[in-house]
Amino acid sequence: MSLVAALIAHPLGRLSLQSLPFWQMLQDPSKDNLINGCIATTAAAIVVIGAVVLVALITRYRKWRVLWSEWLTSADHKKIGIMYVVLALVMLARALIEAWLMRAQQAFGLHGGFLSPEHFSELFSTHGTIMIFFMAMPFLTGLINYVMPLQIGARDVSFPVLNSVSLGLTAAGAALVMISLVVGKFSTGGWFGYPPYTEASFNPGEGPDYWIWALTLSSLGSTFTGINFAVTIYKERAPGMWLRRMPLFTWTALCTSILMIFAMPPLTVATAQLALDRYLHFHFFTNGMGGNLMHFANLFWLFGHPEVYILILPAFGVYSEVVSTFSTKALFGYRSLVLATMGIAVLSFTVWLHHFFTMGQNVDINAYFGIASMLIGIPTGVKVYDWMWTMFRGRVRFTVPMIYSIGFILLFVLGGMSGIILANPSVDYQVHNTVFLVAHFHNVAVPGVLFGMIAGYHFWFPKAFGFRLDERWGKLSAWCWIWGFMLAFFPLYGLGLEGLPRRSVAYTERAYVPMEIVAFIGAFLVIAALAALLVQLWVSVRDRDRNRVTAGDPWDGRSLEWATSAPPPEYNFAQLPVVTERDAFTVAKEQGTAYRAARRYVDIEVPRHSALGPIIAAVGFAAAFGLTWHIWWLVLAATLALIGAMIVRGFARDLEKSIPAWQVQAEQEAWLQSVAATASVTRAQEASAANRGLARHEEIAGVIP
Amino acid sequence: MPGGNVHLSFLDPQGPIAALQRVHFYEVLGVLVVLVAIPIFVLTPWFAWRYRYGASGVRYTPHWDHFWLIEIATWAGPVAIVGALAFLLWRDSHRLDPYRPLASTQPALRIQVIGYDWKWLFIYPDQGIATVGTLAIPVGRPLALQLTSATVMQSLLIPALGSQIYAMGGMVTQLHLQATKPGRLLGENTMFNGRGFQQQRFTALALPAADFNRWVQNVKTHGIPFSERTLAAIAREGSRADLTSALSRSGAAGELELTDVPAGFFSTLVKATMNDAPVHLPSIAAGDRPGHPPSGSAVAALASAPRP
Repeated sequence: MSLVAALIAHPLGRLSLQSLPFWQMLQDPSKDNLINGCIATTAAAIVVIGAVVLVALITRYRKWRVLWSEWLTSADHKKIGIMYVVLALVMLARALIEAWLMRAQQAFGLHGGFLSPEHFSELFSTHGTIMIFFMAMPFLTGLINYVMPLQIGARDVSFPVLNSVSLGLTAAGAALVMISLVVGKFSTGGWFGYPPYTEASFNPGEGPDYWIWALTLSSLGSTFTGINFAVTIYKERAPGMWLRRMPLFTWTALCTSILMIFAMPPLTVATAQLALDRYLHFHFFTNGMGGNLMHFANLFWLFGHPEVYILILPAFGVYSEVVSTFSTKALFGYRSLVLATMGIAVLSFTVWLHHFFTMGQNVDINAYFGIASMLIGIPTGVKVYDWMWTMFRGRVRFTVPMIYSIGFILLFVLGGMSGIILANPSVDYQVHNTVFLVAHFHNVAVPGVLFGMIAGYHFWFPKAFGFRLDERWGKLSAWCWIWGFMLAFFPLYGLGLEGLPRRSVAYTERAYVPMEIVAFIGAFLVIAALAALLVQLWVSVRDRDRNRVTAGDPWDGRSLEWATSAPPPEYNFAQLPVVTERDAFTVAKEQGTAYRAARRYVDIEVPRHSALGPIIAAVGFAAAFGLTWHIWWLVLAATLALIGAMIVRGFARDLEKSIPAWQVQAEQEAWLQSVAATASVTRAQEASAANRGLARHEEIAGVIP
Repeated sequence: MPGGNVHLSFLDPQGPIAALQRVHFYEVLGVLVVLVAIPIFVLTPWFAWRYRYGASGVRYTPHWDHFWLIEIATWAGPVAIVGALAFLLWRDSHRLDPYRPLASTQPALRIQVIGYDWKWLFIYPDQGIATVGTLAIPVGRPLALQLTSATVMQSLLIPALGSQIYAMGGMVTQLHLQATKPGRLLGENTMFNGRGFQQQRFTALALPAADFNRWVQNVKTHGIPFSERTLAAIAREGSRADLTSALSRSGAAGELELTDVPAGFFSTLVKATMNDAPVHLPSIAAGDRPGHPPSGSAVAALASAPRP
């Protein structure tokens, strides 16, 4: 009865007017409250107005049906991949603005600054959470989704609807982080949310709950994604696509998927245990009653360290494809690179303790984990050398993805070096928890992961949309990223060595100011890089007819995704390719077997659309929001809807639709005719309007014209 | 009292641990710069430019993807570098283990550190005194610190002296440090613990032995008694300045000196935190008076606290 009474008395749970970002400012208009209230309200307004404008535009142009039936319910891996990347870019924009705000605060942070400590700590918590879980993860998942099935010559992933469900769960988590801008506050406990700080006894508010449920949704989505990708790579490869003929990007996708399967569950368990502590007064991680925060630290980093390799391995895959393609040369040391990728994947589970050398464990344990961490430098070093030797005696073209790749090689080496420094417990005892650490992980995450993702975006964009991205704006953006990164993070190495702790809203040492100012200038350049990317997208869409590459091969590509039209048909290949060697498409072009009509056209089965993904996104979001705000009827309703949706789905029988052979034949022949009518271009014309996606075979010896 | 600049960094070491950490840092950095960074920074741009598309008079071998000698070298190079660095790592991890007592002819000075939100309480159990805001230490004498937290996880770092170590509720960690010259050193918490985090700093004051003894006597004479009231004020969330104004010692600028600290207080607090019980001052039993070694029960309580 009391539950019913509580439901009637508080139908909105903990939600109240005080949850609005401007409420405190109205109640107590002090200068600090006004500044922080205005910033928070502006952020909330951007979310609300953005949503309203989006809804209005979709309604105005009558796109609801298209959005629902062509995109949201689609089980096509290519469309799901594109939606993942869109999600990643939206979240990237938010997290970058937050980063800029934090750099601004620290630049003026001598004895104060303009942000309140609570506001600053929300910023670093959302920035980290978003960049890892809602920017990098969706970005790499999107790229793998789009590219990997094409690279292995498959029609789709093994579980297309599960793929859509994974996207739904990730999007629901991202939506939860976005709504936290409008109602209530996000966690202040950082992206790893250590208890007991995040326990109810120290932080009873909704913040840690937002964080817990956003991560729970995202980690479930990633676990399913890992299973889906791994099964796809094992079971869906085209005839002859042996493991040792797989493109490097697919190899990294496989390793990342395996890591996801093993690394995400510890995170789900850790956040679930923390939720039990907070909601049902368990004592997993509390100070007293048998709780121990070290269990959380272990579980979190048992996920957290493999996670950084989940992020970086697909980027390594992108660089392998890019360096080889734009050096017009086979990848050097393929076997070494595969071995190194696998080595990194295995070693990544043996080093998590280096995140807390300072927790007081035995010195031998620290030394062991320190050496294990350094060992990862060996396969990583091998990779860097192999990319270098790939350029050797090649023909290197400095396109946008190649600029990112060379920038990556040089800057990532420095990030790896600071990682080796941190792997030494005796040095880590000094710089742990300082901004030296912040500089290190950004030095591997920005030039490593982010540059890789953006390079991949430039590389495969023409495949996905049928036209190239503008080169000039792309180059401008790349240089802004590179210089912005260097200015923003190199000073942090110095500041860390001078003892500035990470997450400091203010400081009292005048000596820190000059380096903080330089870092702030870097933040401006990074914002400029983002702006240039957006302008580039707009310019490229505007000029799309001039940059069409329908023939499908704008970069003289080497693997199978380039062997089909741009954009590819829903079924990817009119006839599944037969693979006889690595670099299957290059071999086909050299032997003159590319662009052939199929010997026989057959009906092709593709997955039917399903509403399960968007439904699970909606109920997942509703349940998480209800749990965060203690709106129990909403939690109950969402749970029932979830169970109902699963049962209804269980009765669905007609799961695939058939594309008739005549349609496949018509589409394939139309494309082959357009290819035949396309003039091939040399690599000198690659960035010009003449490039329609057909590469000309150039002389190996002799002087290039 | 030593004046001058506050020493911020282990690159400006004021003790043997920090000095060796600096050596280790430069050794690793040197190896990496010479053997990793320079070759890659030379070869990468050189290869990229020399073999650029359109360059004349260079070889082009589009199918060349394997050469045993290079493959072996790409593995052997990193293996050798990591091998050398692993040796340094093993040596210095053991040499600079924060749990290892420092060799000295003098007995170590015991200090018990309790992390509160947002200040550190430093107890000198053998002197029966405690401070907030200043950690006075005698030059040349090893320090044996025990740490715990009365709230969330924190991390104590005095960069110019040496290592940091976490302070965690219901648990005791250890740290051994030493100062070699007099001076004022930055001390801080590096683990974020809420809105007053950035204020949780203090000065480590390295004093010559005679000055240190005078300082102890001065605290004993002028400090305020450690009572339930002062304990409640310390335990309340707030900065050091909030604390001193709550105790109406506004002239003290966030510095607090306490006397009559019961020797068993640290272990009492650890035990209470472990049991989720309220913290009270231990009753002063025989042999438990300030300035005396803790009684058997207090030692037992400490020993039963979980060790990380």
